[in-house]
Amino acid sequence: MKHTLSLLVENKPGVLARIAGLFSRRGYNIESLAVNTTESPDISHITLVVDGDERVLEQITKQLYKLIVVLKVNDFTNFPVVERELALIRVSSDSNNRRAIIDLVEIFRASIVDVSEKELIIEITGDSDKINAFIKNLEPYGIKEMVRTGRIVMPRGMRLNSK
Amino acid sequence: MEITVAQAIIKFLQEEGVEVIFGYPGGAVIGFYDALYESSLRHVLVRHEQGAAHAADGYARASGKVGVCVATSGPGATNLVTGLATAFMDSSPIIAITGQVRTSVLGKDSFQEADITGITMPITKHNYLVKDPDQVLTIFKEAFYIATTGRKGPVLIDIPADVFMAKINYSYPSNINLPGYKPTYEPHPLQIKKAVNLLKSAERPVILAGGGVISSFASSELIELAEKINTPVVTTLMGKGAIPEDHYLYCGFIGMHGAAYANFTINNSDLIIAIGVRFSDRSTGRVDTFAPNAKIIHIDIDPAEIGKNVIPYVPIVADAKLALQRLKEEVESKDNSKWLEQIREWKEKYPLKYKNQEGVIKPQYVIEKIYEITKGSAIVVTEVGQNQMWAAQFYKVKYPRQFITSGGLGTMGFGLPAAIGAQIANPDKLVIDIAGDGSIQMNIQELATAVTQRLPIKIFILNNACLGMVRQWQELFYKKRYSCTLFDFSPDFEKLAAAYGAYGRRVEDPSEVEDAIYWALEKNDAPVIVDFKVIREENVFPMVPAGGSIDKMMID
Ligand SMILES: Cc1ncc(C[n+]2csc(CCOP(=O)(O)OP(=O)(O)O)c2C)c(N)n1
Repeated sequence: MKHTLSLLVENKPGVLARIAGLFSRRGYNIESLAVNTTESPDISHITLVVDGDERVLEQITKQLYKLIVVLKVNDFTNFPVVERELALIRVSSDSNNRRAIIDLVEIFRASIVDVSEKELIIEITGDSDKINAFIKNLEPYGIKEMVRTGRIVMPRGMRLNSK
Repeated sequence: MEITVAQAIIKFLQEEGVEVIFGYPGGAVIGFYDALYESSLRHVLVRHEQGAAHAADGYARASGKVGVCVATSGPGATNLVTGLATAFMDSSPIIAITGQVRTSVLGKDSFQEADITGITMPITKHNYLVKDPDQVLTIFKEAFYIATTGRKGPVLIDIPADVFMAKINYSYPSNINLPGYKPTYEPHPLQIKKAVNLLKSAERPVILAGGGVISSFASSELIELAEKINTPVVTTLMGKGAIPEDHYLYCGFIGMHGAAYANFTINNSDLIIAIGVRFSDRSTGRVDTFAPNAKIIHIDIDPAEIGKNVIPYVPIVADAKLALQRLKEEVESKDNSKWLEQIREWKEKYPLKYKNQEGVIKPQYVIEKIYEITKGSAIVVTEVGQNQMWAAQFYKVKYPRQFITSGGLGTMGFGLPAAIGAQIANPDKLVIDIAGDGSIQMNIQELATAVTQRLPIKIFILNNACLGMVRQWQELFYKKRYSCTLFDFSPDFEKLAAAYGAYGRRVEDPSEVEDAIYWALEKNDAPVIVDFKVIREENVFPMVPAGGSIDKMMID
């Protein structure tokens, strides 16, 4: 099962190496990773998507807590959260299909951020499902390149009990 | 008044109570050594940085204090790696100070540059690269705190050469600000209650004591609890010494080469009170057949150990000493006479044993004689292999920190430098290194350190002219195909000792064994090597084949 972990870590050199090293050393797989600053300059935020059963997740959480630089680990898997990813997609497009693509963009509330003769760059934000669905719909036109961020999440308006 | 960072570090170490450091100089730490020149801090010059790390480790294990080692950048720092990994696996508190290239040339593959914080990330509890001179003292304070609290372990501090020479104002940092590090010491009262209740209904309880009991100075609490509930105690290899081996409740150490009665005891129990253990594969054997009918109460200071290898019935995250105290306060006394009687029968039926043989020296016989002659009071440090297992089986210890061995990493070459550390921590005690002819050659250069420090360490080599433990596996599991394990050359250890200015003697006849031990014990101004030419073919038994169930032992 996929779990979304949200980590607060000290903003110090080598933090990401410590966390990535821990995952690879213990054979856990990181499926998605996003590292950001927070409202506090001393603290960074890392969102990880990892695969594993409850027992594996418990180990991962405990091992993360053993890192001195890790302040907080929240497993948001079973919490109501706002979840976002962002993707930039370069898609082939000419005057024949441009209208159809623009329609799709509107339906998905994406936006076109660059236009040239033979292609468009589209920006889309949303949860994974939405982005996946959008990509599927775009595929017939020919996706030339895609860059996708890791997932970030924020719990909805309720306090959570962290482990 | 401004002083250099190097001077400040030395001042800090002294204020922190460090009495000795083990190290080896080089370009990146020359500033540090310059400051040391005029200081009263004792520095032990080793002959290889690996020796410095093991010596600091041996010092820490023998004394319960922090061990400190120093090395230069690049090769000096990488030479510490095995020692750090050894200390990490056995949760030994050491501080490693490494020099680094100047900040201006960091990251440019400069001369003797190695990314030692990157390299040691997985084998240290924490590590630091200090670029800001004003941070140095705070970091040292943090490092000592991290190394010595919670689950103990090595911490490395990497300091560029120019930072050593920077000027700072010295003030002892008393504040520690580590928001991400808060070890739990007090056991949760509810969990203690649950443990107490479980114990009430248990018919075949056993206490499994590990290195954590020794690390947390919890030996007397362990004994008090065991006596109050009349419950047998087995240990792991790392827990050896947590309870005197002549105590009526002691039932041996478990695991691959543990006593058969110890393995039977744990595997037939219905309740295991496990304290300061991590259920390593060497201890449990095949984990799904380990103690199949037992509920486990697992007490450990490291939450990540709980549920990692076995799933406990009652998990308790706590310091061993406090948990044992609470348990003792709340448990009721218990009569386990039937169970203890059963164990007594196993002890009688399956003792640790070996057969003497006319005209040859049996390695177990040597250990037994060393044990008898030293009256079981020596600090025994071991190398790794058969020698280590025979020492564990036949040298019965009385107190914690008396048996020092590389359990988790199994590092050949640990023994001699660790014995140096142990002897320096205990100048008035007898320190013995039980060695194999393979292992002793891995850090033999440290003989020079022992000689220059006038340490009367007794190095007893069980010389079987082979890499015995590997040879044993080849005999039993690889059709006696002795690939690269039989030595057809051995240095003359007697002459080698002499060349270093140590005492040396070779023993080839069993009738000479006792005399040679007495002879060695008389020497008190230099290390001694006694090279016992033991039979090559001897095997360590009992043995649980790797991945096997611990109650299915090869007995002989
Ligand atoms: C540094 C290191 N290299 C290799 C090994 C693998 N190993 C384990 S036991 C052993 C043999 C040890 O031989 P010796 O020191 O002569 O001891 P014996 O088993 O003969 O008593 C070896 C090679 C190890 N544990 N450590």
